[in-house]
Amino acid sequence: MNRLVLPLVIPLLTAIILLFAPRKALWQRWISFAGSIGLLAAAIALFLRIERDGIAVLQAGGWRAPFGITLVADLLAAMLVVAAGIVAVAVTATSFAGVDPKREASGYHPLLHVLFMGVCGAFLTGDLFNLYVWFEVMLVASFVLMALHRTRGQLEAAFKYVTLNLIASSVFLTALGLLYGGTGTLNLADLSTVFRGREMGAFELVLAMLFFSAFGIKAALFPLFFWLPASYHTPPAAVGAVFAGLLTKVGIYSLIRIFTLLFRDAPPGVYTLLLGQALCTMIVGLVGALAQRDFRRVLSFNLIGHLGYTSVGLALVTPAAMAGSILYILHHILVITNLYLVSGIFLRLRRTTQLAELGSMYRERPLAAALALIPVFSLAGVPPLSGFVGKVALLRATLEASAYWTSAAILVVGVLTLLSMGRLWEASFWKPAPNPEKAPLNRVILLPIAGLSAATLAITFAAEPLFTLALRAGEQLLRPEAYIEAVLYGGARR
Amino acid sequence: MELILAIAAGALYGTGFYMMLRRRLGQLIVGLGLLSNGTNLLIFTAGGLTRARAPIIAGDAQELARPYADPVPQALVLTAIVIGFGVLAFSLVLAHRVHIATGADDIEEIESGQ
Repeated sequence: MNRLVLPLVIPLLTAIILLFAPRKALWQRWISFAGSIGLLAAAIALFLRIERDGIAVLQAGGWRAPFGITLVADLLAAMLVVAAGIVAVAVTATSFAGVDPKREASGYHPLLHVLFMGVCGAFLTGDLFNLYVWFEVMLVASFVLMALHRTRGQLEAAFKYVTLNLIASSVFLTALGLLYGGTGTLNLADLSTVFRGREMGAFELVLAMLFFSAFGIKAALFPLFFWLPASYHTPPAAVGAVFAGLLTKVGIYSLIRIFTLLFRDAPPGVYTLLLGQALCTMIVGLVGALAQRDFRRVLSFNLIGHLGYTSVGLALVTPAAMAGSILYILHHILVITNLYLVSGIFLRLRRTTQLAELGSMYRERPLAAALALIPVFSLAGVPPLSGFVGKVALLRATLEASAYWTSAAILVVGVLTLLSMGRLWEASFWKPAPNPEKAPLNRVILLPIAGLSAATLAITFAAEPLFTLALRAGEQLLRPEAYIEAVLYGGARR
Repeated sequence: MELILAIAAGALYGTGFYMMLRRRLGQLIVGLGLLSNGTNLLIFTAGGLTRARAPIIAGDAQELARPYADPVPQALVLTAIVIGFGVLAFSLVLAHRVHIATGADDIEEIESGQ
C-alpha cells in the first residue's frame, strides 16, 4: 500500500477496531496505544522516503490532478505528521495511568484516533475541499471529546468552542465557493498555476482575507483567539494536550499552504497585515499569560503568544524565517503537549490547576519536577533547550530581513515568556503547597512526560540537522514549482 | 436569477449573524443554521447557474458540448449540506445539555452563573 495513505488508514482502522473491541479498559488502552505506535511508524517511514526521494503524491482512485483528490506530502507535511504521531503515542500512553471510566465507556479512545486521522488528513491533502472535509472530521471529533464531560463549566466551554469553530468553517466554505466560482478548480497546485503572476485585484484580496479569517480563528491568531482561553482549560489534561499540540497548528499549516501557493504575488500590504497580527498575537498572548492564576490558563495564553512566533515566517517570506517558524512549530507541538500532560499530574494530585493551590512538587516529587523542568524552561527559551534554538533561528531571520521591529518583539516576548514560565515554576513546583495532596500519583503518567522531554532534548542536540531540514522545507514552500510539478505532472502513476 | 440568489445568500448571512449576536442559545442555533445555508446557496450560485445539459459526453462526440452544468459545485454543496446538518444536530443537542445544566437561555446568564 502507498505510504501516503497509511497515516490516514491506521488511525481509521484503530478507531473501527476500538469500537468493536471489548469495552474493557485494558483492551481499549492497549489497542489505542498500538494504533498510535503504528501511526508514528508510518509517519516516520513516510518522512524518511520524502527526505530521500522528494515530494510524494497519490492521486486517489487514479484520477489525474486536478480532477481527482490529491494526497501530497512535502517535507513540512511529513515532519508535522511525524510530530502528530509523537503526540498520539504520548497521549494514548497517558491513558494507562487511568482515565475517567465514564469517559472511556463513551468512546474516548476511538474519538482520539478519529481526531488524529483528521489532523494527518489536513496535513497531507492537496485539495482545498478535501481540506475542509478533514477539518470537519477533526472538529467533530474534538467537539465530542470536549463535551463528553457534563459539568457546567465544561459544557459552557464546549459550546463556545463549537460555535466559533462553526463560524470559521462557514467562512472557509464561503471562500471555497467563491474560489471555485472564480477559477474552476480547487486543487492547490492547479490553483497555484492559475494565480501565478495574476494581479491581486479585489477578488483575490477578498479571498485572501476570507482564508485568513477562517484559518486565523482555527489557529487562534490575534484578534480571533478569544475562544481558546475560554475553552482549552476545561477538558481533561490528555485531551487539552492533543488540542493544544495539534489543532491550532493545523490552522497555521493551512495558512502557510494557502499563502505560499495561492497568494505568492500578494501586495506588500497583505504581508504587513500578517506581520502586524503575528506581533500582536505574540504580545497580547504573553501579557494575557502574566495575568492568569491557573496553570492551564497560563498555558493557553502562552500557546496563543507562541502561535504568533510560528506565523512570523509566513509574513516575512524568506526561507530562513520560514525555517525558523517550522522549527518553532515542531518544538512547540512537543513542548506544549508535554506541559498540558504535566497539568494532568496536578489534576490527579490536587484536583485543581489553580496556581494558589499548587506547590511543593520540587521537594516532595523531585522526579516529576525534574521531568517538568525541561518543557517549562524549553518554552521559556532558556539555552540550550529547544525553544532557544527556534527563537535564535527566527531572530536571525528577522535581522537578515531587516525586520527590526519583529526582532524587538521576539526578544520582548522571549523575556515575557521567561517571566511567565518562571512564575509558573515558582508557584506550582517551588513554593510550599497550602494543602496536602488529595490523591496518590500513578507513576505511569511520568513515562509519556519523560518521553516528550527526551524528544525536546533531542531537538536541542540535533539542532543543526533539524535546522537544515527546516531550511529545505522552507525553500520547498517558497519555491512551489517542485510541488506543482509533482502534483500536476509527476505523480500520476504512483 | 443570479442577482436574486446573491441577495438571498446575503440576507441569509446577515440574519444568521444577527441571530447569533442575540446571545440566546436557541437563536444562536438558528443563526448557525442560516449561516451554513447561506454558504451553501453561495457555493451553488458561484458555481454558475445555467439551464444546461447534464455533463455527459454524447455517444458520437469526442468532448463535452458546451454549455453543460458543472457537477462539482453541486457535489460540494451536497457534502456541505450533509456536514452542516450533522454539525447543527450536534450543536442542538449540546445547547440542550447546556440549558439543562445551567437552566438559562441567555448566554450572559450562563457565563455569570459559574
